[in-house]
This record gives sequence, C-alpha cells and structure tokens, in this order.
Amino acid sequence: MSTLSIENISMRFDLPNGSHVQALQNVSLELKTGELMSVLGPSGCGKTTLLNILAGFLAPTEGQITLNDHLVTGPDAERGMVFQQGALFEWMSVRENVSFGPRMKGQREAQYAGNVDHLLDVVGLKDFKEKAVYELSGGMQQRVALARCLANDPDVILMDEPLGALDALTREKMQGLVLKLWKETGKTIVLITHSVEEALLLGERLLVMAPRPGRIHKEYRLPFAEMGVGQDLREVKKHPEFGAKREEILSMIWDMEEEIMGRTEEAEA
Amino acid sequence: MTILIIYVAIFVAAFFAVRKGVSKFRQMNDYTSLKTVTFGDESAVRPDRWASVISVVTIFLLWGAFTGSKWVPIHAPGPFIGDTEFVYTLEAPDGSRDDATVYARVFKVGEEVSDREIEPGDGFAKNDSITVGAWRSELLLMDKNDEAKRKDGAKVVAIDGQPVAPGDTAKVSNGTVAITSKGSLNFAPSKGMQMEPIWLPPPESVVSRVAEISEQGYQNFTLFEHLYWSLFRVVVGFALGALVGIPLGYAMGLSDWFRGWFDPIVEFMRPVPPLALIPLVIIWAGIGESGKIILLFLAALWIMTISARAGVSGVAISKVHAAYSLGASKWQLMRYVIMPNSLPEIFTGARVAMGVCWGTVVAAELVAAEKGAGMMIMVASRFQLTDIVIMGIILIGIIGYGIDILMRKAESWLVPWKGRA
Repeated sequence: MSTLSIENISMRFDLPNGSHVQALQNVSLELKTGELMSVLGPSGCGKTTLLNILAGFLAPTEGQITLNDHLVTGPDAERGMVFQQGALFEWMSVRENVSFGPRMKGQREAQYAGNVDHLLDVVGLKDFKEKAVYELSGGMQQRVALARCLANDPDVILMDEPLGALDALTREKMQGLVLKLWKETGKTIVLITHSVEEALLLGERLLVMAPRPGRIHKEYRLPFAEMGVGQDLREVKKHPEFGAKREEILSMIWDMEEEIMGRTEEAEA
Repeated sequence: MTILIIYVAIFVAAFFAVRKGVSKFRQMNDYTSLKTVTFGDESAVRPDRWASVISVVTIFLLWGAFTGSKWVPIHAPGPFIGDTEFVYTLEAPDGSRDDATVYARVFKVGEEVSDREIEPGDGFAKNDSITVGAWRSELLLMDKNDEAKRKDGAKVVAIDGQPVAPGDTAKVSNGTVAITSKGSLNFAPSKGMQMEPIWLPPPESVVSRVAEISEQGYQNFTLFEHLYWSLFRVVVGFALGALVGIPLGYAMGLSDWFRGWFDPIVEFMRPVPPLALIPLVIIWAGIGESGKIILLFLAALWIMTISARAGVSGVAISKVHAAYSLGASKWQLMRYVIMPNSLPEIFTGARVAMGVCWGTVVAAELVAAEKGAGMMIMVASRFQLTDIVIMGIILIGIIGYGIDILMRKAESWLVPWKGRA
C-alpha cells in the first residue's frame, strides 16, 4: 500500500524588506493509494505552495514528505504534474507530448506506442495524434496534459487548477473525464481548485485551507466523487446534500476573505 | 522643391484615381473588408498594393524624367544645348560705345565640338565665339580681340541692352551672363531641371554598369566577386558569433555564476556600435579578411548571446516543471525543452544580427578593403562614378532585404509554433 504522507510541513521565507512570510504552518496529512483529494481555499492560503512542495519543486523549511516510505527531495517521475495551461511542448505533436515521459526513460517506440495510443483513445484524442498541440482547443490541450501525465504511470498525480482556464461547458466535461481516469487508473490524485463546486465534485476528500499562515482549516469526506463516476455530473449537483455542503464551504471561505480584508484594513488604518 | 511638389501631386492624384477608378474592379468580401472601424484598428489597415506599385513606378519615373533617361517618355526640361548669342556694349575710355555679339555653342560634355565661324563685325568691339559644356559656364575675356582693352579703362556697360555693372548678372536668351569683379563676362547656359549624370545618372547607365562590371570587373574584381566576398564575411562572422554566442547565452540563462561573470561584459559591449570597433580591429588585425571577420563576429556575438539568454528565460516555468516531473534529466531538459523553446528568440536575434552584420561589413569595407560591395562604391565615389555608387547601393539593399526574407522563411519553417503557444 503506497501512501503519500505529509509530516508537519512548515514553509517560511524572508522578503527583501526584512519581514517574512509564513506560507504554510504545521500541515500534516496522509493520502492512501487511490484517494482523490481536492484542496480549496482563498488566495494566499498556500495551496499552490503545498502542491509545489509535494511535487518537489520547493523544499519545506520544516517537516518532510514521504512517498512509499522514501523521502521526497525533488521532482520525480513518480509524482506527475498537470498544470493549468501552457505546460505542453508546442514543438512536439500530440503523440510526442504524451510519449515524452517514456522517451525520457529511454524506452523504444515499440515499448510505449501501445500505451500511448490507448491513453489518447481514453482521453478522446485518437484522431489528433499527429496534430501540433497549438492547433488544439484549450480543453483538448488539457486532455493531452492528462494523457502525458498518465503515460508515465506515476504513483501520485498532482493537479494545479487543471481546469481553471477552461470555459464552463468544457470544464464540466473535463471534470467527468478526471473522475473516469481516477476510477480507471486507481491513481492517488491531489487537485487544487478555486471552484467550490469542482472541489466538491472531484474530492473524495476535500481539504479547506485558511490563509496567513497557510494551514488546514477543515477536512471533509464526501460521497460525490464516487457518485459522479460514469454519471451525469449535473445530476450529482442536484443532490440536496451537495447544495448544503456548497453553501457551508462558500460561507466558510467568504468569512476567511472577510477576515483578511478586515485585517488589512486595520493594518492600513 | 519642384520634385517634392510633383511627388506629392502624384501621391494625391494616384490616391483618388485608385479609389474612384480601380476599386470598382476589386471588390473584397473577406471579414476585414466588412469592418466599419478602420481608422485606429491597425489590423484593418492592409497595404494597398496599388499604392505600392505606383510608388515604385513613380520613383523610377521621377528618376528617369529628371535625368533625361531614354526609358522614360516624359522629361523635365533639360539643359540648353545648341547655339545662342548675346550682345554686350563696351564703353571705351573716351566714352564712346560699341556693341559686339558673343556667339555661344553649348554642347554635351564628352561630345566633339567645333567653334562657330563668325564675322569679326565693325567698330572697336569685335564679335566673339565661345563653346560651353551643358551645366558648365565659360569665362569670356571679351576684350582680347577688341580694340579698347579693359586695362586701358574700357568696360562692359550693358548686356543685351540692359545696363550692368561688375558683380551683376543679366538674363539673356538660354542662359545668364555675369560680370566678374574684374569686368570680364561669365556665360552660363540655362541648366534646365535635369540632374547632371555626375550627380545622378539615368537608370539605363546604372543598369549598363551592372552588365559591364559583371563581365569586366571593377578594381580587379567582378561584381559577383565583390558581393560574394561581402556575403562571405557576413556569413562566416555571423556563424562564428552564433557558435559562441548561443552557448554563452544558454550558460548565462542556466547558471548564476556564468550570468554574474558575463553580465557586465555583455551589458557593456551590447550598446557599443560595431562600427566604433573598426579602428581597433584594423590596428589589431589589419584590413584583411581576419579583421573583417573578427569585427562581424563581435557584431553578431552580443546579439546572439542576449537572444539566447532571453530564449532561456522565456521558457515558461511550468514547462520546466512538467519536464522534470516526467522524469527528464538536466541534459534532456536542455535538449527537448530549453533549446526548442528558445528557437523563436534566437531566430529574432539572428535576423537582427544578420542585418547588423550586413551594415557593418559594408561600413568596414568603406573604411578599408581590397574587395567587397562597400569598397566598390567607396572607390567609385572617389572617381565620381555615380552610376557605380548607385548600382552598389541598390544591390546592397536588395541583398540585405533578401537576407531578411530568407531568415523569415527559415523561421516559419523551423519554428511553426511561434506566436501560437
């Protein structure tokens, strides 16, 4: 059983003007294989910092991350990333993008071609294999990014607002795709989002973070992701509990924002 | 001034002619043609190709018309050529006056000319005969054959009946006559509005120079060799500059030690115009090939370094993170992400560098060279061979433009994703 464990992470750095920022404070968390966790919070709550630490792009000032009992010290193919946008390689075709991970490992075409074709089929881009990525729409590009990440067969997939730049309709379709991929591949997924609805839909576990210092505010365990697999997500949203949870979390975040605004106003006054 | 007025007139007339006349025959139905707001919308402003054609034709027409070109049907009035005469009135010391006629023959410079046969005439002032080249003037010591001499107190008091004094200029038919301070006459036939070939030769003589120099050469080298050597220097200098500059730029974009070490050097050398280095390069390396190539190397080096550095810093951090998360090593990141991602910047830099190199090589050849396009026009200008100079300038322009077009073609072929990320 592979687990991703976050042990008492703190992140604090100095600013040029001598003050310092406590981006994260004592964040602890454990994720089991196959868990889908969404992270939500107002801006400045350190959710992106947390994801960057998980990916190995940043080193925490305190605490440590272990995956399968070994320490995370830098980026690695065992932890795949899906970015908001602009992370595809424009100079490569769709197929070359998706096969990037296997190729970097030195695999021959014969070894990865089957899997790459399968993944392109899963994300619905079979007919776009040889297209240049800049010829694709935003939603298609994100599907390439998902396939590229899966082609590497990572233990954990980290998603940094993967659907943030998409229009509402495409976004809904892509949410269904994320759920489908999660169920089919059984990957551990951490997904950061701005959207409360998305966090509810795509979070078997939902982490609400609070800002200044960035910390875990509350954690939920939700049934909606499981319900949504293979379902019309609009039906899930009609569920009475979904509406209740959405209101609860929205007002929670609203209060946090109010508090920040109040604090800055005090500081300014 | 006249030329400017004619040019503006053609500009305006062509505008109305094309708008009123031709536009009926070229209805466009694309999206842009439906825009109602075009003033201020840069994307709706498309070059009117009629205007481009008329513009180029106008330049050649004006050039031909004001140089008396055989290729152009209409001409500006040329200089007077042929026979003309004027009358001067000489006053003898005793106050008596006598008229004499000056028969002038104006000829094209370079053609054979013979004096006019004239009668000496009566009275103490005798008729004179002179020959004058077009656009030139001729000093006439009219009293040489007169019976009353200036040194005895005789003086010219009227030209064609107009009273004159030393320093005055009188208009006569087909020219002007000036009285010098010493009392002699200076006849200048009217110049017309055409340019003399030593200032601006007609187009056909420039074209015939192309054929002549391609075959016979100029200053020991044919036209092709001159241009070839200029281009050769540019290509070698640029290639060396790119060969050193691009890796250096990458190193500066990837390592803080390299960045810190070379930043002051690059930032200092970048604003130094390559032309300012010519004297130093001549001192160090002489006027031969190595000096030229060192100069062009230096001209290209900093531009390529900076563009490669900008190319590296232009890589979106998410691409780098994505590559590392997909298991790429540093070398693989370099090969598969940073190098392709920096290509657009490098191409932009290469276009600038080629342009600068082309300008620099011509300038360096103007200063000192044994062969090359710049040397060719510099030497020609010393001998007032304006047609070679103009031919050289046109060819230098065409080649510079050609280089830019080639670079753009190469860019759109190698970097098809540019501007579409």
